[in-house]
Amino acid sequence: MSSEENTNAIEVQPVDKAKVRHLLKVMWILAGVTVIEFIFAFTMDRSFVLVSIFVLLTIVKAFYIVSEFMHLGHEVKSLMYSIVLPMLFVVWLIIALIYEGSMLHTY
Amino acid sequence: MKVSYGKLMMWFFLVSDAFTFSGLLVSYGMVRASHPAYEGATKDFVFSQEYWPIPEKVFDAFPFFHGHSWPLAFVGLMTFILILSSVTMVLAVEAGHRRDRKAVEKWMLWTIIGGLTFLGCQAWEWTHFIVGDGGGGASLTANQYGPIAFADFFFFITGFHGTHVFSGVVLNFIIYYRTVTGLYDRRGHYEMVEKVGLYWHFVDLVWVFVFTFFYLV
Repeated sequence: MSSEENTNAIEVQPVDKAKVRHLLKVMWILAGVTVIEFIFAFTMDRSFVLVSIFVLLTIVKAFYIVSEFMHLGHEVKSLMYSIVLPMLFVVWLIIALIYEGSMLHTY
Repeated sequence: MKVSYGKLMMWFFLVSDAFTFSGLLVSYGMVRASHPAYEGATKDFVFSQEYWPIPEKVFDAFPFFHGHSWPLAFVGLMTFILILSSVTMVLAVEAGHRRDRKAVEKWMLWTIIGGLTFLGCQAWEWTHFIVGDGGGGASLTANQYGPIAFADFFFFITGFHGTHVFSGVVLNFIIYYRTVTGLYDRRGHYEMVEKVGLYWHFVDLVWVFVFTFFYLV
């Protein structure tokens, strides 16, 4: 097929309503989780539990953005793991450096 | 892996960029852990160089409402603006799959507007942070809100993220321009919208983490 034929062959397909509804649902989840974070921020005292709740809710939001908006949840598994697994290094980095940091404070 | 070369490379770039942002945020955590935390009730909090500030006490201003204390309201608004622009981007990608040029143009334009609005908000927030509320404000070498490192990390982390938003807006504009001039129709597919969309969602994703670890915790 020549490129000119290609141009003429373009057909606009109708909007996939179910898909758009799904995307809007994800948007409301993200907005809702943010609101929940605000409620926790102003009703609870600062503590380890509160920080854990924030981290958990952040991971929930990150999951929806990466999986739905960035479509990674619907890609081939090998692609998904080659993106997600390297992030485990970051988990190690967080644990190591926060621990080291609190030691700097003590000594 | 059943994805195009361009998309795969964009993903690998995002992985490396995620490591860069992790480096910044984790070093923030380390330096914060090495400073004493504020002990005492939140309502009695005063700024001091002696301990790390509570972020909601630092970021409590809102444009046009000078003197009111609305903790984190403005950052919350910025978060919502960025989430919205992520949604319009994903709608542009969806329209690209359907080869609907008019819809791609519309949603790309909304995404660009969302990005510019976010940058404007950030400019206001930086100005407020630098000028301060009569306490001298903050710079890389002085800080009315707490330890100097707090201001340094504010400038580096939100600045690095803002730079990403800016380059995202530039990329989005290039895509918009090429859509309007019909390049993707001639090419037969709208994959570039998808690739730049990945980058734009990543910028939103980073903000989710910055919001939690810099403003909430």
